[in-house]
Amino acid sequence: MTDASLPTTPHRGSLIEVDARTRRRNAAEKRFRLYGLVALGIGLAALVILLTSVLSNGVSAFRQTSLVLEMNLDAAVLDKKGNRDPEEMKKVTTIGYGKLIDKALKEAVAAKGIAIEGLTDKDVANMISKEAAAQVRERVLSNPDLVGETVTVKVLANGRIDGYLKGRVTMQSAERDSNVTPNQLRLADALMAEGLLVKAFNWDFITGPDASELRPEASGLGVAILGSAYMMIIVLILSLPIGVAASIYLEEFAPKNRWTDLIEVNISNLAAVPSIVFGILGLAIFINFAGLPQSAPIVGGLVLTLMTLPRIIIPTRAALGAVPPSIREAALGVGASKMQTIFHHVLPLAMPGILTGMIIGLAQALGETAPLLLIGMVAFVRDFPAAPPEGFFDPAAALPVQVYNWTQRADPGFAERASGAIIVLLVFLLVMNAVAILLRNRFERRW
Amino acid sequence: MNIAVLVLIVLAISAAGYVLGRHRALSGAQGDRRNLHSLIGYYGQTVFLFASVPALFLLAVWLFLQPMLIEARVGAMIQPSDIPEGGSATLVMSDVRRLAEGLDAAIASGAVTEEALAGLQAGDAELGSLLSDAGVALGAELRPNVLEAAKAYRSDSHGARLALTAAVIAVSLVGALLSLLRVSPEYRARNVFERFVLAALIASSLVAVLTTAGIIASLLFESIHFFQLYPAKDFFLSLTWNPQFRGGSDLGIWPLLWGTLYVSFVALIFAVPVGLLIAIYLSEYASKRLRTFAKPAIEILAGIPTIVYGLFALITVGPLLRDYFAQPLGLGTSSASVMTAGLVMGIMLIPFVSSLSDDIINAVPQSLRDGSFAIGATQSETVRQVILPAALPGIVGAILLAASRAIGETMIVVMGAGAAAKLDLNPFQAMTTITVKIVSQLTGDTEFASPETLVAFALGMMLFLFTLVLNVLALVVVRKYREQYE
Amino acid sequence: MEDMRLADRTASARENKITARGVQVYYGTNHAIKDVDVDIADRTVTAFIGPSGCGKSTFLRCLNRMNDTIPICRVEGRIEIDGEDIYDKRVDPVQLRARVGMVFQKPNPFPKSIYDNVAYGPRIHGLTRNRAELDEVVEKSLRRAALWNEVKDRLTSPGTGLSGGQQQRLCIARAVATSPEVLLMDEPCSALDPIATAQVEELIDELRENFSVVIVTHSMQQAARVSQRTAFFHLGNLVEFGETGQIFTNPRDPRTEAYITGRIG
Repeated sequence: MTDASLPTTPHRGSLIEVDARTRRRNAAEKRFRLYGLVALGIGLAALVILLTSVLSNGVSAFRQTSLVLEMNLDAAVLDKKGNRDPEEMKKVTTIGYGKLIDKALKEAVAAKGIAIEGLTDKDVANMISKEAAAQVRERVLSNPDLVGETVTVKVLANGRIDGYLKGRVTMQSAERDSNVTPNQLRLADALMAEGLLVKAFNWDFITGPDASELRPEASGLGVAILGSAYMMIIVLILSLPIGVAASIYLEEFAPKNRWTDLIEVNISNLAAVPSIVFGILGLAIFINFAGLPQSAPIVGGLVLTLMTLPRIIIPTRAALGAVPPSIREAALGVGASKMQTIFHHVLPLAMPGILTGMIIGLAQALGETAPLLLIGMVAFVRDFPAAPPEGFFDPAAALPVQVYNWTQRADPGFAERASGAIIVLLVFLLVMNAVAILLRNRFERRW
Repeated sequence: MNIAVLVLIVLAISAAGYVLGRHRALSGAQGDRRNLHSLIGYYGQTVFLFASVPALFLLAVWLFLQPMLIEARVGAMIQPSDIPEGGSATLVMSDVRRLAEGLDAAIASGAVTEEALAGLQAGDAELGSLLSDAGVALGAELRPNVLEAAKAYRSDSHGARLALTAAVIAVSLVGALLSLLRVSPEYRARNVFERFVLAALIASSLVAVLTTAGIIASLLFESIHFFQLYPAKDFFLSLTWNPQFRGGSDLGIWPLLWGTLYVSFVALIFAVPVGLLIAIYLSEYASKRLRTFAKPAIEILAGIPTIVYGLFALITVGPLLRDYFAQPLGLGTSSASVMTAGLVMGIMLIPFVSSLSDDIINAVPQSLRDGSFAIGATQSETVRQVILPAALPGIVGAILLAASRAIGETMIVVMGAGAAAKLDLNPFQAMTTITVKIVSQLTGDTEFASPETLVAFALGMMLFLFTLVLNVLALVVVRKYREQYE
Repeated sequence: MEDMRLADRTASARENKITARGVQVYYGTNHAIKDVDVDIADRTVTAFIGPSGCGKSTFLRCLNRMNDTIPICRVEGRIEIDGEDIYDKRVDPVQLRARVGMVFQKPNPFPKSIYDNVAYGPRIHGLTRNRAELDEVVEKSLRRAALWNEVKDRLTSPGTGLSGGQQQRLCIARAVATSPEVLLMDEPCSALDPIATAQVEELIDELRENFSVVIVTHSMQQAARVSQRTAFFHLGNLVEFGETGQIFTNPRDPRTEAYITGRIG
């Protein structure tokens, strides 16, 4: 042990001079730091690109092009017998109304003196959405006295014309598109100049029902939003009590043995089971075995509940566990039973944490798509479900599934709709998460 | 009787029980609540629970079982000859249900009386008009057995509903009465009540176990069904996936498995280094200000639903990769591709890897960092040679969890990977995955009992097993890791 | 205290390795070390004693700039090693720490093999040219830490599998492997049992032949057993610094006397 020098006693220079090796090491340090910064940049850039892509594609869905027409509701066509009986007037289909609207537009074009070479009658008629006739018919049937009058109607323009105003359709693309002609676009320009073609906020997109394959301009999210809301109600009603009860048992009462260990492993595993497997469960158990109806919010709600439960139990247990033992000891010390201690003291103190976890779990459930595809929520549903509880059993759509549905349709107008629906979905999620964060910051206690 | 009314009746009985229970306890104690064993509320609550819970439980079980029992009974009345060409027993059963509803509606509207209905025959013209008035359109000709089955369905349902009402009210009353009789000042109402609550808590925690059991049962049951129709050997060994409407399909899992693994691989290759470096940068280098902004921003990525990523793949990433990489390089013309789905899935997994790794890196004790710095290591040397090796098991666990997520991810691959089942190496080709095919086989128009549909359950079974193994492995690894530093 | 320091200098037989003048340390707004002057002699064991929270560990961590890793910590004054200011802007703490090693209160072996634990420092500083030299450094370091005979047959097994005392000696070997000139020890025995403590104390006495050792301890007996010079800290002040024998038998400051007789602390 007397040997003072190691075999290769390094050369000890001055501390002030940084030696070459240290310089190299510091360069490596800088590089490594840069890698980290680049990775962070990639992550943040991905977020920004993702959000801007969806926003830029979807914002236009909230504005919709309509035609404003002076229209004569010809009694000879709409009410042949002349007794203004809505029952009898129902016999006139949308075809009859469609012809009247076509005529009104043609007259308007003529009256404004718009002349475009080669513009056919068919071109003019096709400026109008197929949905327009139904819009007018509904209005007349709800107010039969309008028949015979000349009224100002605002009807949807065709999806391609809408696309032209939003820049999706151009003269070049119209040349190649069998659904629209350049002359129609010129007519659209002229009508816009005359104030007959207007773009306004599209309330129907948020409140209206879905529309068929050929009418992207008329499709809305109303049924989907209602369906999602129904499912969220079911998830909330079922998973809050069950989740909290299960968490209380596991955190406060469960003895440490193989059974409770199994339950815990089971819960952590369930939280990571692919969501589509829950869809298979829903199809096999709730629809095929229990005979619940397809496409119904009740089935979606049950499936999402089972999926959300483990995701709620984990934060709920954490919230319960974060309440310090001193609180429990204090309550037990004055002679409260364990149950009283938990329900009177621990649970109220853990409540902000539990609610935060609950809302985040609900937000996840709201965005879940895959399991809903399997239980028939992809079906085309135009009718609004009834009020709950009966409405839980009526067919409905769901917000994320509606997005998927629209992406599967051929008309490019639906791509805009899908992105618009995503914006609605993200707004809901944003609100829910904001509430959760607010709740946490406001009420959560650090012990 | 309406179910909602029945529930209200039960609740009314229970509420009455609550009041009576309190009253009885108080009068037993000569009006002095200090003489009671428990707080007075507990006496009422126990009566309330005994009056309501068993009755409502009975109601739920009954409602769940009744349609199945009745359908089994009624289904027996239908002969094989009643099933039309190309139809199935389930379709006929749904006709029976519709018919029964139509008859109910007809009676409710007063168009026909019960007695008249009993005499109606399948051929009667009156029946057709009755039903069409009730909004039920008859399909092809109505077979006598089907009509009889519908009548039996009706009467069974009505009988069962009546029995249900009687049974539920009886159970509620008996429960209320029995628990009322036990109320006395010495009665340990709180203990009874708490045992009841504890049972409810245990039952709730078993829901998770039941869910797993339900998943396994439904997957197993229909998979067995599938393997009875389609040889297991072909499913596991065949290299082609080619389902046909008219039978004779090739349903080999390999092309799907390959697509699944390929997409997941691309996703992990992207997400693991990026996520890990983000975690390291945020936990070891970033200033506090950058961290408070960047950490939640990255976590937003985790809160975005997968359908959004799917749409992103479909309308942005797919066309971009096709126009700027695949086509110029002559590698493919499809916007849906392994690369599209893999890249977008990679973005989705970044926060997953980074936040799990962040937790794990933070769990490495400060003393190890100090030890390394004290020897004169730079920060990156400390990270690479001390912290990462120490955190390795935890990070492996995180990667396993991310892999499990990638394999089970559905919407991104449905919208971004394509539908062509291929064994190919070119990442710019459209390929398909297990989850895509589960969706397409179960949402298609094929008959449920055909192998083309049932194969989805076998695929689901494989998916469940893969992810189960990964999840449990990850769980064990992470648990071991956490114990090491506790 | 001024006169006291003069007395120390005459008592010192060896040249000074470290000289600290007017050192102030702040944690945020908390003034943790107040105007401390200390000279650490070469190849001597210097003990820092004092009640907990007196700043002895903080001051120790200034000597190899470990306080740099704490963002809110600020050091003023001048600390020199062989006449060079270690807080000079041009000094890279990485190079400094290779020359001023440190051993911590709790044994903190890396989760690597025993060999890799010891080889870590030589590897990152590039002190050896080949594997054979590295083997030699590892063996020498383990011998110096009096651990070689216990672990020579299991150099590849994890360092975390050793007993507490062995772990601490492994950490000493790890610190010694970069051939530092100064070895800082922050209560190196406080997490050890008495037998392991005795072994480590014996080791410290041997290390004195090659290094100057600075040890922080809360045990006055330990300071008396292992050190030649002792500094007594109290509330961030250096109260008394001198020959260990003198401090323990004939303290000049009443606070020192109060501490060693057990009235404060």
